Amino acid sequence: MSTTQAINNRSKTAGLEQESSQATSTSSVYDTKQLNLWYGDNHALKNIDLDIKQNEVTAIIGPSGCGKSTYLKTLNRMVELVPNVKTSGQIMYRGRNIFDKDYSVEELRTRVGMVFQKPNPFPKSIYDNIAYGPRIHGIKNKKILDEIVEKSLRGAAIWDEVKDRLNENAYSISGGQQQRICIARALAIEPDVILMDEPTSALDPISTLKIEELVQELKKDYSIIIVTHNMQQAARISDKTAFFLNGEVIEYDNTDTIFSNPSDKRTEDYISGRFG
Amino acid sequence: MRYIEHDIVVKRMNGRNVVNKLFKSIFLLATLSALLALVILLYQIVSQGASHLSIDFLTNFASRFPAEAGIKAALVGSIWLMLVVAPTSIILGVGSAIYLEEYAGKNRITTFIQMNISNLAGVPSVVFGLLGLTIFVRALALGNSILAAGFTMSLLILPVIIVASQEAIRSVPGELRDASYGMGATKWQTIVRIILPAAIPGILTGSILALSRAIGETAPLIVVGVPVIIQFLPEGVMDTFTALPMQIYDWSSRPQQEFQQVAAAGIIVLMSVLLLMNSVAVFIRNKFEKRY
Repeated sequence: MSTTQAINNRSKTAGLEQESSQATSTSSVYDTKQLNLWYGDNHALKNIDLDIKQNEVTAIIGPSGCGKSTYLKTLNRMVELVPNVKTSGQIMYRGRNIFDKDYSVEELRTRVGMVFQKPNPFPKSIYDNIAYGPRIHGIKNKKILDEIVEKSLRGAAIWDEVKDRLNENAYSISGGQQQRICIARALAIEPDVILMDEPTSALDPISTLKIEELVQELKKDYSIIIVTHNMQQAARISDKTAFFLNGEVIEYDNTDTIFSNPSDKRTEDYISGRFG
Repeated sequence: MRYIEHDIVVKRMNGRNVVNKLFKSIFLLATLSALLALVILLYQIVSQGASHLSIDFLTNFASRFPAEAGIKAALVGSIWLMLVVAPTSIILGVGSAIYLEEYAGKNRITTFIQMNISNLAGVPSVVFGLLGLTIFVRALALGNSILAAGFTMSLLILPVIIVASQEAIRSVPGELRDASYGMGATKWQTIVRIILPAAIPGILTGSILALSRAIGETAPLIVVGVPVIIQFLPEGVMDTFTALPMQIYDWSSRPQQEFQQVAAAGIIVLMSVLLLMNSVAVFIRNKFEKRY
């Protein structure tokens, strides 16, 4: 399977230089071509071209209102829940245009999980939160559900903390734990890509650190696209970084390059904290 | 230069406190006056009707003789009426609310529908009675049956249930919808598994309060032609019946002084039923209230 090969490739090259990782570069997950998006008359995304690779962490940074969250929500078409949204251009996901009429959003969102800014568990037990995705996709067998719940919670590194309280309400645990429950919930639908929309902005530093470590762990099996306000976070956890400004991609490169040797003056100004 | 002179602030403090206390008293008085009216009403009813209240009163049919008059037919009739009104109005009302909140796009037509529903909530009940008379009693030839009266009452409280359910659905946090849609759930799955469970306390509270309005309404029943003196119990929804407010209205309009006491006893029964329904609403709200 290509995913397993990719994981092998990735772990082999893990300690090597950035260039060699480029040489064995994996296939792309998302290829965005000339994407434009309007909220009514507001032109929010302008001619976006981005090629997002498999098993990497891609960070999207930029000042408030630059369109980074909008772009992320376009990748699983959640943006369409906002009234009066218009798009043009293409987003190829694994070779298929997600805007195609016969591509159902439900199918797309089963392959692309999402973690939101504010932890948003359902007002149900921890178990039911994790089992929600599998259940809506038709899994009823209790034994299989049990296995999925355990695997997902382990995957989100929270199994040991909650294994004895699976039947408690998900709101009875801390905010940081809730966010990892939400990550586990996204893992339970066995996605290919995980989108994260500022997943640590509502969390304390220790919870943030745990999530960042988790992201490093998860990229072995998933492709992760993360929007963040925190530039240090982008530098710490991502392989590639895209800098958005006023709805445009100003620069997209390896994270090291973006942070040490940006080619655009505006990227440099933003990174060095001159605005934003 | 300073804009706030603290000496002046201190000097004016007394005046401000007096005004504050004054308004507190005015508002307290307003609350008490409403409460006082209720207490007087209850006292009058209970002191008049308590003497007539007994098991016989609940098990006797209506009678020409005040001492033998009972409320059985009306009480059973009201329960039958509720058996028609509750399912009809809740299914239609919650269905409309779900459609308007979750499925309908925000355009001129839905705004128009929305506006009309809010206006319907303010239409006098006698008008709904005429509507019921025209459609259910005559056009559909249901006669003055439980079904015709029940449908009429359902129409009357439908706007209230729709608005209350819409508000309950709207108060479900958007993040929960996002989470569900984000995992590939369809709209219907999201509604059934996430939105309705979270909205059910609000929906039930609103519905029960609307039903208590229906059980106390008289005007639509009069217009639909519900009789007063009934000496048998209905056996199905196509039977004629009478209801608590009809019976009370009839008793209170009779000339004999004794019937005023019978009417008061009937009011006590009606109020007990209302109180019971409202307690159920409060109980449901407290039991199912969820934190987000």
